[in-house]
Amino acid sequence: MEAIASVQAFTALGLGIIIGLGAIGACLGIGIMGSKFLESAARQPELTPMLTGRMFLLAGLIDAAFLIGVAIAMFFAFANPLLASLQ
Amino acid sequence: MATEQGGSSSTEYIVHHLTHLKVGEGFWALHLDTLIVSTLLGAVFLWIFYSAARKATSGVPGKFQAFVELVVEFVDNQVSEVFHGNRGFVAPLALTIFVWVFLMNFMDLLPLDYPALIASAAGAHYFRAVPTADVNTTFAMSITVFVLIIFYSIRAKGLGGFGHELFTAPFGSHFLLWIPNFFLNLVELLSKPISLAMRLFGNMYAGELVFMLIALLGFTVAGLDLGSGLGFFGQVVMGAAWTIFHILIITLQAFIFMVLTVVYISMAQAHH
Repeated sequence: MEAIASVQAFTALGLGIIIGLGAIGACLGIGIMGSKFLESAARQPELTPMLTGRMFLLAGLIDAAFLIGVAIAMFFAFANPLLASLQ
Repeated sequence: MATEQGGSSSTEYIVHHLTHLKVGEGFWALHLDTLIVSTLLGAVFLWIFYSAARKATSGVPGKFQAFVELVVEFVDNQVSEVFHGNRGFVAPLALTIFVWVFLMNFMDLLPLDYPALIASAAGAHYFRAVPTADVNTTFAMSITVFVLIIFYSIRAKGLGGFGHELFTAPFGSHFLLWIPNFFLNLVELLSKPISLAMRLFGNMYAGELVFMLIALLGFTVAGLDLGSGLGFFGQVVMGAAWTIFHILIITLQAFIFMVLTVVYISMAQAHH
């Protein structure tokens, strides 16, 4: 029982770290890219359509690592494979 | 179906929804749900675009033809920006990837339990409707792209040129640098299909799981008290919000998969 509780506790801490650090990174990335996008769109408005496409492409790339982390965290939250060896 | 069993816990509901309908064991376990849905969607894509092309007129196009032309021209523009050379193969490849991945991702937006309900009416106990939330699909696609990258490299540079580049590319052709060069190139080459597949899979898997969590909010609805009222309200509001956000994500991921494929192939053709 104690072993299960400690595995669950550490898993929960791990999930928080995965999602939290991932969110920090992704938000900083999106923020920096968004500000640069607005700057360049204000500087050269005629390039805005081209830049918008590239911005969405990069937004997807930046988000991806975070979302993979969220998927792994969610998986551990609901079907913890580390618990299986105890039961 | 967890809802049919009644009284099963939320963990069981989620694990149930994450189990594939499969035949066989171990390495040869085939995920039937993934295979059926992806083949079906591929056929739908081909049928839609084929019928639009057959009925195409040079006069005033109908809405259907205009839509298909919009998609084709969008993809062709994207490809022509990145890929210089004959687009006869790469542009249709990009169109196929874009529309097919989009359609497979789109299964995420169907109400969560409905595909499984239909499948259970047909006698299948487990059913996962989103093929791209299965790591097998995404890796199958990205390994195909990987083979194309190798093929285009060899076609543009020749077998000797490709091998020469593998051993001499980033640092130089001194024989002491062959091993580090080769190692770096290997990592660069292998990271492409892995990141391509994991990106799509991670996004779709996370999206699917969040839909399940939102569905669990409504799972607790029992009577007309405050708690189940909040659960129902939360499910509707959050489900709508996440679905709208997910429309962006599924399109974006299909777009990224397409653009990166074209970028990788055009990089493979470029000389260092």
